[in-house]
Amino acid sequence: MDKLSLIIKREFLAKVKNKSFIVMTILSPLLMVGMMALIVFLNVKNSEEIRTISYIDESHQLEAIFKDSELTKYINLEKLGFEKAKEITLESYYGLVHIPKSDDLANLSKGIAFYSEDAPNLNVIQDLERKIERKIRDLKIEQLQFDIKKIKGAETDVAIATETFAGEKSSKMGSVLKMIAGGVFGYLIFMFIIIYGTSVMRSVIEEKTSRIIEVIISSVKPFELMLGKILGNAFAGILQFIIWIISASLLMIAISAFFGVDLMGSSPSMEASQEMMGQMQDSASSDIQAMILEVKNLPLMTLFLSFIVYFFGGYLIYSSIYAAIGAAVDSETDTQQFMMPVMLPLIIAIYVGFGVIENPHGTIAVAFSIFPLTSPIVMLMRIPFGVPWWELLVSMALLLVTFIGIVWFAAKIYRVGILMYGKKPSYKDLYKWLKY
Amino acid sequence: MNNLLEVKNISKSYGDFKALNDVSIAIPNQSVFGLLGPNGAGKTTLIRIINQIIMQDQGEILLDGEPLKPAHISQIGYLPEERGLYKNMKVGEQAIYLAQLKGMSKLEAKKRLKYWFDKFDIGTWWDKKVQELSKGMAQKVQFIVTVMHQPKLLIFDEPFSGFDPINANLIKDEILQLKDEGATVIFSTHRMESVEELCDHIALIDKSNKILDGKLDDIKREFKTNSFQVGLQSENEGTLKEQLENNFEITPASFKSLENDLKLNITLKNGATSKELLQFLNQHAQVTHFTEIIPSASDLFIKAVQNNG
Repeated sequence: MDKLSLIIKREFLAKVKNKSFIVMTILSPLLMVGMMALIVFLNVKNSEEIRTISYIDESHQLEAIFKDSELTKYINLEKLGFEKAKEITLESYYGLVHIPKSDDLANLSKGIAFYSEDAPNLNVIQDLERKIERKIRDLKIEQLQFDIKKIKGAETDVAIATETFAGEKSSKMGSVLKMIAGGVFGYLIFMFIIIYGTSVMRSVIEEKTSRIIEVIISSVKPFELMLGKILGNAFAGILQFIIWIISASLLMIAISAFFGVDLMGSSPSMEASQEMMGQMQDSASSDIQAMILEVKNLPLMTLFLSFIVYFFGGYLIYSSIYAAIGAAVDSETDTQQFMMPVMLPLIIAIYVGFGVIENPHGTIAVAFSIFPLTSPIVMLMRIPFGVPWWELLVSMALLLVTFIGIVWFAAKIYRVGILMYGKKPSYKDLYKWLKY
Repeated sequence: MNNLLEVKNISKSYGDFKALNDVSIAIPNQSVFGLLGPNGAGKTTLIRIINQIIMQDQGEILLDGEPLKPAHISQIGYLPEERGLYKNMKVGEQAIYLAQLKGMSKLEAKKRLKYWFDKFDIGTWWDKKVQELSKGMAQKVQFIVTVMHQPKLLIFDEPFSGFDPINANLIKDEILQLKDEGATVIFSTHRMESVEELCDHIALIDKSNKILDGKLDDIKREFKTNSFQVGLQSENEGTLKEQLENNFEITPASFKSLENDLKLNITLKNGATSKELLQFLNQHAQVTHFTEIIPSASDLFIKAVQNNG
């Protein structure tokens, strides 16, 4: 036990003191936040630009929609004629809306065109389309001699509240939240396994190539060394993730305070959705409340506890496989043939995980959330949607059994492999090593 | 207790390959024991079993009369043939780590290390990374790491590889001094001249079997052929040779000599003694050179392995 803690400490320090670890730990959050800030900044900049759009309304029915707003100005170029208007627009305006002559309301929408130098911003077009649609509808209602006010009064905004039989309220927003919660945890485990599993493998290979391995295992059992290495790397990884999370959130807060940019909520089509926002304003405060409620409704305790179980279970299973691979080969280039079967279940798990979002209780989702090589990722993605406790138990029990089996198997290969030099082993060799 | 280490009927197989077949060796206390054998004979397997790196299939090993157990690790110092250090770790830090793995406390390790670093005059390396050291320098550190926990049993596998003659001598003297201070040394090498210099006892392993063991001198006695290297001056070399051939086996020899004399290897036969040979020679010629041919460790090695077919 004492030796194990010595090994863990050394492996941890060796990893943490490594220059590339330090650089990665510091740079990654900066890069991530910087990139996000840049995207948001460019989007905001883009939508803040004032556009001048020219128009020719030969029907004279739709002029009312061309009202200047904060970011869009309209100019009527009808007097210049179509060709001339096009020339001028090309020179100095964003684009030209052309509404052809039409006597009939039914045909009014036909032949409306937008001319611009490059492909226009989709939001601008959608905004125009919506305005024109609404105007034509109003005109049609007027033509039918209905009272517009009464019709508008008859419109109702309906949001169906959904509730499970267990009494949990759910909503669309809730589903999104569940998706995010499960996705983040699942993906975190996936990333951690790949980054730190590989790191364990490298560390084993380093011990082989520097030839220190025999010196070490004359003092400690190979299994202790392997376990110490896996745990030491895990602690380094957890430290790195904690630093990332803390520094990224601090940076995020700092930047949004500094630039006055709302990093979380800004969307490029702000202008287009202004109207919608207006409608939503009344319900906005109740929506936030609903969201808080949804977060509370997530099975947070289950999620957290399962995360810990699956995190360690998944990481230990995969990192001991990585350690065995590292022990079997002489250099990293020789690892290719063994990496494929290891990566495959992980990648499948991520793909199945995306499917889970669509159908959290489908056969595939259930099967892969019980299969131990994919369960750490898939099950975590399912948990927010509610998983029967027996499925959780079966999955965890299988994880435990597999964990013990794989660690035993990996330790055997590791024990023999670390003392083998020169020959690139085949699967047949690995099988033989199990019997040594 | 006469024998520090007793290896009793050890067998080990890797799959179908038998690496050690019923090998027994006794290693006397405070001796330098040469473990010899051609490449692939099974020496490294035996050494690894003694170090508890791998388990034997059959047989038993006693250290100080007790069956080998994990706690014995701290009483063994092992310098493997395939050796190295963590390249990115500092020398001092690394030595302390390895000492701690052998069960020393940090404080004790520091004290012992200071002693050895002063002895080898390498105190300035303490904060250097191993990758900054030359191969010879790293080997010195490796040697210190092997011996610093004052083990009863030291196992050196090719300890002199990577050393220049000056440092090889230094290490050789250290090994002998450690022996004088009470340590028992197992010494595995292909360099027969160092076996000659260091070893009291040897064992020879070939093709998974022990084919020879005992005191080096005893084995030499056993292997000597009653041959003598002789330098003679005579008026008539032709007749002298003929006379010799009638009574002894002779083959031409070559060695350095001031005179241009007749150089021969003469082997006694039919139970003749060296006294009779010398009398015979004195009667017929002037003897300038007379030495008994004692087989070298290298001769023993080659002969034993060849006999083993």
